[in-house]
Amino acid sequence: MRLKALTTTLCGILILMLLTASVALAVEQKLVLTGSSTLAPLATEIGKRFERQNPGVRVDVQSGGSSRGITDARSGLADIGLVSRALKEEEKDLKSFTVARDGIGMIVHKSNPVRELSDRQIIDIYTGKITNWRAVGGPDQPITVVNKAEGRSTLELFLHHFRLKNSDIKAQVVIGENQQGIKTVAGNRNAIGYVSIGTAEYEASQGVPIKLLPMAGVAASVENVRNGSFPLARPLNLVTKAEPQGLARRFIDFSRSESVHDLVEAQYFVPLAR
Amino acid sequence: MIWSKRSTSSPSRADARLAGLCSAAAGLVAAILLLIVLFLLHESRPVLQRVEWLRFLTDASWHPAEGLFGLAPMLWATLVSSAGALLLAGTLGVASALFCRFYAPPSASRWFRRLVALLAGIPSVVFGFWGLTVLVPIIASWRPPGASLLTGILVLTLMILPTVALIADAALAAVPEIYLRGAAALGMSRSGTILGVALPAAKGGIIAGILLAAGRALGETMAVLMVSGNVVQMPHSLFDPVRTLTANIALEMAYATGEHRAALFVSGLVLTGLVILLAMVAARFGEVRHHG
Repeated sequence: MRLKALTTTLCGILILMLLTASVALAVEQKLVLTGSSTLAPLATEIGKRFERQNPGVRVDVQSGGSSRGITDARSGLADIGLVSRALKEEEKDLKSFTVARDGIGMIVHKSNPVRELSDRQIIDIYTGKITNWRAVGGPDQPITVVNKAEGRSTLELFLHHFRLKNSDIKAQVVIGENQQGIKTVAGNRNAIGYVSIGTAEYEASQGVPIKLLPMAGVAASVENVRNGSFPLARPLNLVTKAEPQGLARRFIDFSRSESVHDLVEAQYFVPLAR
Repeated sequence: MIWSKRSTSSPSRADARLAGLCSAAAGLVAAILLLIVLFLLHESRPVLQRVEWLRFLTDASWHPAEGLFGLAPMLWATLVSSAGALLLAGTLGVASALFCRFYAPPSASRWFRRLVALLAGIPSVVFGFWGLTVLVPIIASWRPPGASLLTGILVLTLMILPTVALIADAALAAVPEIYLRGAAALGMSRSGTILGVALPAAKGGIIAGILLAAGRALGETMAVLMVSGNVVQMPHSLFDPVRTLTANIALEMAYATGEHRAALFVSGLVLTGLVILLAMVAARFGEVRHHG
């Protein structure tokens, strides 16, 4: 009877679930990480690999913003806090360890004759004070402003750097993924946008017609993000209350090692110098 | 199904079991719908409790990080883009079905029908990608920024056209042969037969197809997200970028926390309400047809 087969399968699934649950209960060591939503996806991926290499260890990652990372690391609620910026002066009591850097670059279409934009000009373009390329030395064409959707870390970094509010921005196109931004700019000669430098550099090298603009005279390249000279960039930090010991120490060392560089690059971040 | 010996000897027991299974399945389907609505209500509760309900319609804009939750521009964009696509796809779809049934030679119409069925199988993200890399640049060179309400409507039209065309074709095929012969016997012209006999007889099926397509158009996410620009604003022309409710959820959900996340669930709730309303209209229409 089919019904019987169904019941057997259901019973099988139930038993499997119970088994996995009991395995989970048997875990002895647990590492809790909380904080920045930018860093949380990367920490989750690193955590999965760490768990595979260290059976019996569970890495629990929760996001909730960099400030939560600081608070939880201080109060001991988390073993490690995730903070996607440099520590402030009053936070220097915590120990911080940079795992990667995040940099974003302004992109325009390859055919756009504009070679450089000052911070002031970028702000004016994004707030709708400049709406034609002619005003910044380009052709007599209306500017298509490409902005990121609310909540994205690139938007957050962009707004923070230029001291803008999202409601100040007058955009013509709002995008989600970096890829969508690159396709939009590549398909529109008059567009300007900003994306993760890692992605843009790769796509430009693959012949996609986009151009990364330098910022304050520094070329937008992964190399300059890595060495810290590019202004529109930030460090991604793991922070602990005291000098980390045992499991936390091992996790931090692992996160900074070359064995996770592929995971860092998959999130469009820039790994530290090898 | 091959019945085992035991059940052939007592068909009534097998029947009872089948009835039980079927009603359990039906109950499950109904429960899933109910659970979805309850889940949406539960997830949006944090913001529904704190923010006055009307503000979702009256707030000037959508900046959840700054406490502004206006959904009206996105609701409007969803309705306008779907309506535009339905208008285009409805006209084209019914016309192509009529061509298939009344004008094309049988071999051509067979191939045409296969082609349309193939079109129905293309995933929406492919249409979106095509729109982003081909359609948007073309329109951008004419009326920047290109990503606009118009591109959204065009891509949606492509997506729902096969649904309308295939269902209209099936509805026309279901018109009793005797009606058409009667029309021929009265010496009616082909256009007279189509307008006076075939279309009125197939009206119910065609409208059902359009309503089905409307559900798909309202719910479509990725394709629309890729081509319509996603700026939250009331569109003043076809060339203005717009953001639909579904695109709003897809764009922001991955990184949203707290009240922002809850507000996105309100978007989902509004969209679900819209679809339920549509289903009720469809059911009402079906009833009228039944009794009329």
